[in-house]
Amino acid sequence: MNIDAKQDEIVEEFSIFDDWMDKYNYLIELSRELPPIDPKFKTNQYLIEGCQSKVWLNADFENGLLKFSADSDAIITKGIVALLIRVLNNQKPEDVMNVNLYFIDKIGLQQNLSPTRSNGLLAMVKQMKLYALAYHSKNKK
Amino acid sequence: MSLDIQKIRNDFPILKQEIYGKPLVYFDNGATTQKPQVVIDEELKIYSHENSNIHRGVHYLSEQLTQRFEDARKVVQKFINAKHDHEIIFTSGTTQSINTVAYSFGDRYVSDEDEVIISTLEHHSNIVPWQLLCERKKANLKVIPINDNGELLLDEFEKLITSKTKIVAVNQVSNALGTVNDIKRIIEISHKHNIPVLIDGAQSIQHGKIDVQELDCDFFVFSGHKLYGPTGIGILYGKEKWLNKMPPFMAGGEMIKKVSFEKTSFNELPFKFEAGTPNYTGAIAMAKAIEYIQSIGLDEIATYEKELLNYATEKLQTIKGLKIIGTAKEKVSLISFILENIHHYDAGMVIDKMGIAVRTGHHCAEPVMNRFNIEGTLRASFSFYNTKEEIDKLYNALLIVKQMFG
Repeated sequence: MNIDAKQDEIVEEFSIFDDWMDKYNYLIELSRELPPIDPKFKTNQYLIEGCQSKVWLNADFENGLLKFSADSDAIITKGIVALLIRVLNNQKPEDVMNVNLYFIDKIGLQQNLSPTRSNGLLAMVKQMKLYALAYHSKNKK
Repeated sequence: MSLDIQKIRNDFPILKQEIYGKPLVYFDNGATTQKPQVVIDEELKIYSHENSNIHRGVHYLSEQLTQRFEDARKVVQKFINAKHDHEIIFTSGTTQSINTVAYSFGDRYVSDEDEVIISTLEHHSNIVPWQLLCERKKANLKVIPINDNGELLLDEFEKLITSKTKIVAVNQVSNALGTVNDIKRIIEISHKHNIPVLIDGAQSIQHGKIDVQELDCDFFVFSGHKLYGPTGIGILYGKEKWLNKMPPFMAGGEMIKKVSFEKTSFNELPFKFEAGTPNYTGAIAMAKAIEYIQSIGLDEIATYEKELLNYATEKLQTIKGLKIIGTAKEKVSLISFILENIHHYDAGMVIDKMGIAVRTGHHCAEPVMNRFNIEGTLRASFSFYNTKEEIDKLYNALLIVKQMFG
């Protein structure tokens, strides 16, 4: 499934919630389903530090596709991390580099990705794009 | 006399607001306080009918507003009982006030190998300006430790003092824990060694009466916006004897007496430290805020806020797994706490959606968090316009948080 199809799928899933608590409960559920990151990546080298919560992120490159794994110390953040990984995992570097993550706005979580929020999520997206760029240029060589 | 809280709440238009469809419960007063209508009206009135640059024109509006600006200075002077009105310097806020002293006093009095003493409880704005000063001057920064309740260890403080100590800078109230420090004692000890003291009053000025002459502090700084006044205005109080000896910190208009390209002579106090067009609307509206809280009564405010603190402390403590960080004997109406196995960010996000505003994180006081070996807390800080019913709402919201993340 391409990136936008996955985004639309998430928007559809969230459309049934009319209450914030339901949304958060769903994010908590998603955080529990996020495949655990290999402990060797849970070090400072892979840490994206926010003022409020922390995110650890690793990226691998297999068969021309990006493979992300991540974790967070806050559960809501981790739930959103899970959504970002669902959208950007197993995609081509050039698609991730130029991605427009519109689903965040549509499901009402934009405040979590605002620069002032500093929960590590915005920096995580930037880092995912940087990984994509790095693998993209490596691949071209 | 007890306060009529409902009447007081009506003075603050923002409190009538709903957030996510729920009535706003504003418990982030430590970050900034809300503004009463009289303060809002004052700013509006100035811009609508009185605006003109001060201290410059000979024309009517300028003269009128200059008078109002200087009257505001006198209101602040009386409010903290300063000896002279020229000891009151208008700044942009606590941060600028501290930086002014760190640069100006530091430039004149601090050199190689000298020492500056601060405390573990300081906000970053009372740490970093001194750190930078110490870097510039190759001086050393020393830190007063705290005990597990979050109280300063004053015996340890006295041991830190040497003949090299040039200034002591501490807050009166910790923004992260709510501890009220025994600044009277700190000032006495420091003065015994002829060391001046700067008191950061950002978190104390709104909670009770301050008398700088009785305290005998050398500098006292605070912000307007934490005092029910506008943002972008604050106060640097300094004893005349220090301010006269200190060089100007910023240069510009108003602070000069005579300028030629060879030599500039500086204006007298307080103008020496007020370069450029000051925030005169802010200053005048801040004076209005001071008059407003004086009309309610600072003692009455302190009594009622103490009642809120006690009520909240008792109530929150009944929540299993909730731990209050900062259990000093003397506290202002502020509670910092953590929930076992629940990230403060998660908790803050959820209670926000119930219309409750608290602060989460390290509160710009990372050394305090490090001392307790935690990443951050949730902080509920109460004002005299808050109620016990609102504290009940916080309590119930925290039970829901526990259910969701437990």
